[in-house]
Amino acid sequence: MPSMTGAELLIRLLERQEITTVAGIPGGTNLPIYDALGRSSRIRHVLARHEQGAAFMAQGMARSTGKPAVCMATSGPGATNLLTAIADAKLDSVPIVCITGQVPLGLVGTDAFQEMDIYGMSIPVTKHNYLVRSARELLHVIPEAFRIAASGRPGPVLVDIPKDIQCQSVTFDMLPAPGTPETSPDPDIDQLNRAAEMISRSRKPILYLGGGVTQSGASETATRLAEKNTLPSVMTLMGLGAMPHSHPLSLGMLGMHAAKHTNLALQECDLLIAAGVRFDDRATGRLEEFCPDADIIHIDIDPSELGKLKTDCVGIVCDVKTALEHLLANVQDKQRGEWVDRIATLKRDFPALLPKTASPLSPYGLVRHAAEYVGPDAIVTTDVGQHQMRAAQAYPVTRARQFLTSGGLGTMGFGLPAAIGAALAHPDRSVICFTGDGSLLMNIQELATAAEHNLNIKIVLADNRALGLVQQQQELFYENRKFASSYGNALDFTTIAKGFGIASADLANSEDPASDLRDILGSNGPALIRIPVNAAENVYPMVPPGAANTTMIEGAAND
Amino acid sequence: MISLENRVVLELNVNNHPGVMSHVCGLFARRAFNVEAILVLPLGGGETSRIQLLVNADQRLDQMVKQAEKLRDVHEVQVKEAAGSSFERMVQEYSAA
Repeated sequence: MPSMTGAELLIRLLERQEITTVAGIPGGTNLPIYDALGRSSRIRHVLARHEQGAAFMAQGMARSTGKPAVCMATSGPGATNLLTAIADAKLDSVPIVCITGQVPLGLVGTDAFQEMDIYGMSIPVTKHNYLVRSARELLHVIPEAFRIAASGRPGPVLVDIPKDIQCQSVTFDMLPAPGTPETSPDPDIDQLNRAAEMISRSRKPILYLGGGVTQSGASETATRLAEKNTLPSVMTLMGLGAMPHSHPLSLGMLGMHAAKHTNLALQECDLLIAAGVRFDDRATGRLEEFCPDADIIHIDIDPSELGKLKTDCVGIVCDVKTALEHLLANVQDKQRGEWVDRIATLKRDFPALLPKTASPLSPYGLVRHAAEYVGPDAIVTTDVGQHQMRAAQAYPVTRARQFLTSGGLGTMGFGLPAAIGAALAHPDRSVICFTGDGSLLMNIQELATAAEHNLNIKIVLADNRALGLVQQQQELFYENRKFASSYGNALDFTTIAKGFGIASADLANSEDPASDLRDILGSNGPALIRIPVNAAENVYPMVPPGAANTTMIEGAAND
Repeated sequence: MISLENRVVLELNVNNHPGVMSHVCGLFARRAFNVEAILVLPLGGGETSRIQLLVNADQRLDQMVKQAEKLRDVHEVQVKEAAGSSFERMVQEYSAA
């Protein structure tokens, strides 16, 4: 019978989950795990510079591959530093497994050095969590952690392992099977048939695609369904890539920063087919006035999402892909000439406002130029703020799992470590991270990690020396009283990047910015490109928080 | 004397370990849904417990049941009448004291 320590067993079980990269930071209470990890020939450890960075790296791996990824931290501050990134994973349904060290079981509850109740603290931000009380428990806890993280609506799982449990030896007959996702429940075929009939009867339907479409691998099915029945389609921030940006039926992102024609089309629709969405307020605006004339079909694998906010829907608890496949087989081929014409009119009368895209030095131009130079294979991450909304509006996303962004929690500091995670999982692709100066500063220490591993990450920094989206709200809704939202000192980001050992360029000093941008984006290894942007330029259109989506503040016209 | 009117009992069958109450109570706390009364006893060999919660029967009840069902340590959730429940007897005892 095999015998090993809890730590060795943990690493063995992670290997069996086909984990090949773990991001983390060692400390006093997880050293036995690190000692075992150091002896693994199958798992590469990436040393983050902050535990939040490690957890976002795991997110970058998980979001770009769809498979659970792992991060590690020691007890106390190591574990609490993970929490923001775990919360982020919870809100965006990202499968990560976080393994924390804990003080020895006998010291739990004594306020020991670096003891913190991470089990209690992580309850609201995890899908599930464990405090392991014996090495033997790992035999079922670890496969179960992976099964839970990846099943149904995915999410983060935390496993807290006291140091003495890591050292305890355990004897067992055989290793358990790796944890795999549960099969999804059988759909209610009658409900799906009813949905298909509603689609056939509708005159002005819209398909509303969210992160659940990506999670279930249903983006191609969704696109084919839209094409067969001619369904104009909107996407949430998390759903971007469910249908290619350039698809004729795509109306892009809906909601607070949608193109005006997108929100107006929703206002007119008579049927909303909501797939893998949760009616977030940033997408719906004032809920009572969202799609006021529409019947709603709501498909989601999480039963608690149905009826949570919109109560009068035809709710279908189902894996989105299974549901859309059934609908694809059962809806008619349909042209919908009148509705298509109406959408075309709305698009013509209220086009997407992406001013000054011709210049690589403008906020929208930098997105479009960078996208062109890195090409369609690149993976994109964003931070949070104006640059994020501009990237969501303007980046030509072609596929699911290409555009990685912090949607639900809106965590500044997400972009760089998530890009590192995506690059670790996809060494064959380039990764581009759109960020702002406020966001970049929140996890800038991970430049060291990117440099150490020579990852192919290009950081495109729109530097306005401000918290741009905060200033925008202060200008619009606080009588222009801008307070605590601009930085009093200018930072030299290109020198900072060089200090980390990363190539950099400042397009402010460039004679030919487009050419310089193309060159540096085409180079190998990590690089930072700073582009100064004007803090006074707001992101438009904008729906004021709490207002109806038809109440849009419009910005400058295209030129 | 507290009223049982417009109140129901949520009966949860759960795993029995030190973190379970925290999961269940935390769920109600963070969704700002008050628990008026609570009763817990281990079942059979002590592997599982039954939790009874006296709660208001407002329009959020359905969502709370769905959220409770999502907890991994919760095996089953049932909604029962408050009248005739153990809480009715407790109310009488407490108000007599």
